[in-house]
Amino acid sequence: MLSYLGRKLIQMLPVAFFVTVIVFSLTNLLPGDPTVTILGEQATPEQRAAVRVEYGLDQPAPIRYVTWLARVAQGEFGRSLRTREDVGAMLAARIPVTLQLGFLSILIAVTIGVPAGILAARYRGGLIDVAASFVAMSSMAVPYFWMGVLLIMLFSLQLGWLPPSGHVRFFDDPAQNMKLMVMPALTIGTAFAALVMRQTRASMLQVLSMDYVRTARAKGLNEGLVLIRHALRNALIPIITVIGLQVGALLGGAVVTETVFALPGLGRMLVDGIFQRDFPVIQGAILFIVIAVFLVNLLTDMLYRILDPRVET
Amino acid sequence: MVAVTGSMPPSPASEQRAPRSPSAIIMRRILTSWQGQFGVVVLAVVVALGLLAPWIAPYSPTDIDPEAFSMPPSAAHWFGTDEIGRDVLSRVLHGATVSLQVVVFAIGLALVVGSVLGLISGWLGGRWDALIMRVMDAFLAFPLLVLALSIVAVLGPDLMNAMLAIAITKMPGFARLVRAEVLSLREVDYVVAAQAAGASPWRILSRHIWPNVSGNVIVYGSLSASQALITESALSFLGLGVQPPTPSWGYMVATGIQFYQSWWMSFFPGLAIFLTVLALNFLGDAVRDAFDARLGDRND
Repeated sequence: MLSYLGRKLIQMLPVAFFVTVIVFSLTNLLPGDPTVTILGEQATPEQRAAVRVEYGLDQPAPIRYVTWLARVAQGEFGRSLRTREDVGAMLAARIPVTLQLGFLSILIAVTIGVPAGILAARYRGGLIDVAASFVAMSSMAVPYFWMGVLLIMLFSLQLGWLPPSGHVRFFDDPAQNMKLMVMPALTIGTAFAALVMRQTRASMLQVLSMDYVRTARAKGLNEGLVLIRHALRNALIPIITVIGLQVGALLGGAVVTETVFALPGLGRMLVDGIFQRDFPVIQGAILFIVIAVFLVNLLTDMLYRILDPRVET
Repeated sequence: MVAVTGSMPPSPASEQRAPRSPSAIIMRRILTSWQGQFGVVVLAVVVALGLLAPWIAPYSPTDIDPEAFSMPPSAAHWFGTDEIGRDVLSRVLHGATVSLQVVVFAIGLALVVGSVLGLISGWLGGRWDALIMRVMDAFLAFPLLVLALSIVAVLGPDLMNAMLAIAITKMPGFARLVRAEVLSLREVDYVVAAQAAGASPWRILSRHIWPNVSGNVIVYGSLSASQALITESALSFLGLGVQPPTPSWGYMVATGIQFYQSWWMSFFPGLAIFLTVLALNFLGDAVRDAFDARLGDRND
C-alpha cells in the first residue's frame, strides 16, 4: 500500500508542476496594474516602483514563479493587496465554513440518496424506481443558484422558517448557525443526492443479481437484512468512490452557493478576490481548492483499495 | 419512415427499404427514444423562441418602463417586470440565443482542439504524449467552475471569454478520450496495413482512425453540453459572463436574488435554464444510447 502511495505521488509530480504553473500564470496574466490595486490611482511613479520592488514585481516571470513556489511550499501565501491581511489567515478563517457546508451537503446527499437508490433497485421498473429516476434527473438539471433561490422563496418568504442569508460561527451560536446552513446544504445536497441515488441504484442492481444474495434469500433471511447486510455492504465501495470523486464539483458548487447565501467561505473568497483583482487571495484560494481535491481523490483511491482487497495495489 | 416512391416498376427489391446511411440510423434511433424526442422538441422550441425573439417578444429586452417597476406577472407582462421596468418575458426570450450560442461554440471549440491534441498525443506517443497529457491532467485537477472562473478573471468578463473558458475546461476530456481510442486503434490490423502500404500519418488519422473515434467524440460532446450551459449560467450569475444590458439567464437570476419579494424576476429565467439543461441531458442520453457508446455518466 505504501509503495503504491509513493508511486502514485511520483506520478503526480509532473501534473502538480503544471498545476502550479497554471495557477501562477493565471494570476500573473491578470489584466490591470497590481500597483493600482495596492496604492490606488493617485500614487506617484516612485511609490509604484517601490511597491514593485517590495512585491518582487520587477523580477522576470520565471524568477517570480520560483520565489512564489518556494514561499507557498512553506505555507506562505502572501498578503491581500487590499486589506494587507495574511492569505493563510484568511484561508484558515474561511475553510471551516466551506468544510461545514460540504460535510452537511454530503450528509444530506447520503441520507436521501442511499435509501432512495436501494428502494429503486429493489423495486426496479416500479413506481418508486421511475419516480426516483425522474426526480434525480430533474435535480441534476437545476443550477445551484436557482435551487438556492427556490429554497429562499419557500423557507424564508413563504413559510418564514429560516433567515434568507448570512452566517454565524457555529461556536458562537450553534442554533442560528444551523438555521443559516440548512438551505445552502440542501442546495448542494439535493444535487448530490441525485448522483448518490443513481450510483446506489446501479451498484445495488449489480450486487442483487449475485449468487450469494440469492443464497441469502433462499435461506429465508428477511429481505431487509439481505438488502442491508449482504447487498449494501458490497455496493458501498462504488458509492463512496463517487462521493470522493465529486468533491471537486462540490467545491465548484460551493462557489455559487456561498455567493447566493452570503456565506464567508472559500468560494466567496475566490469570487471576491477575482472582482478585486487581489492576486495573492486568488492564488491562495485556487491552490487550496486544487490541493484539497487532489488529497480527497487520493484518499478515495486508497480507501477503495483498502475496502476492496481484490484491487491490486 | 419514408416510403420509397418513384416510377420504378414494383419488384421485390423496391419493397425493401432503401439502404440507410449510418447517420440516418443514428438520427432515427435518437428520434424514436422518448428522451431524444423530449430533448429535440424542447431544444427546438427554445431555439425557435430565441431566434424569433426580436419579432415575438412583446417588448424590447432593454427598454426601461418607469411606470412599471417590479410589477408581478399580469396580462400585459406575463412574467412580470424587473426592478427597472424591463419585461422579464422579453428578456428570457432574448437570453436563449446568448446562452445556447456559448454552449455550441464552447463545445465545438473544445471538441476540435481536444480531438486534435488527442490524435497527436495518441499517434506520436513518447515525449509529446507525456507532455500533452500531463498538461491536460493539470487542467483536470481543477474543479470545472473554479478553472472557468479563473480563466474569465484573467481574460476579463465577457461573452467570448466565457466561451473560451468553458472550451478550455472541456478540452482535456476530449483529448483524453481521443487519445485512448487512438492508442487502441494503432494496433488494429487495418491501421498497421495502411501504414505498411505507405499511407501518410495524416491519411491514416483522417481516413482510418478518426471515423472510428468520431462517434464517441460526438457522444461525449452531447453529454458535455448541459454542463457547459450550467457553467455558462453560473458565470453569468456571478457577473463574469455576458455583460449587461445584454439579457442572460444567469445574470437575471442574480439580480432577482437582490429583490426577494419579486420572485418572478429570478424564477422564470431559472426555469428557462432548468428546462434547457434537462432537454440537453435527455438528448445527451439519447445520443449515447443511439451510438451504443459505453461512456461514463455525464458527471465526469
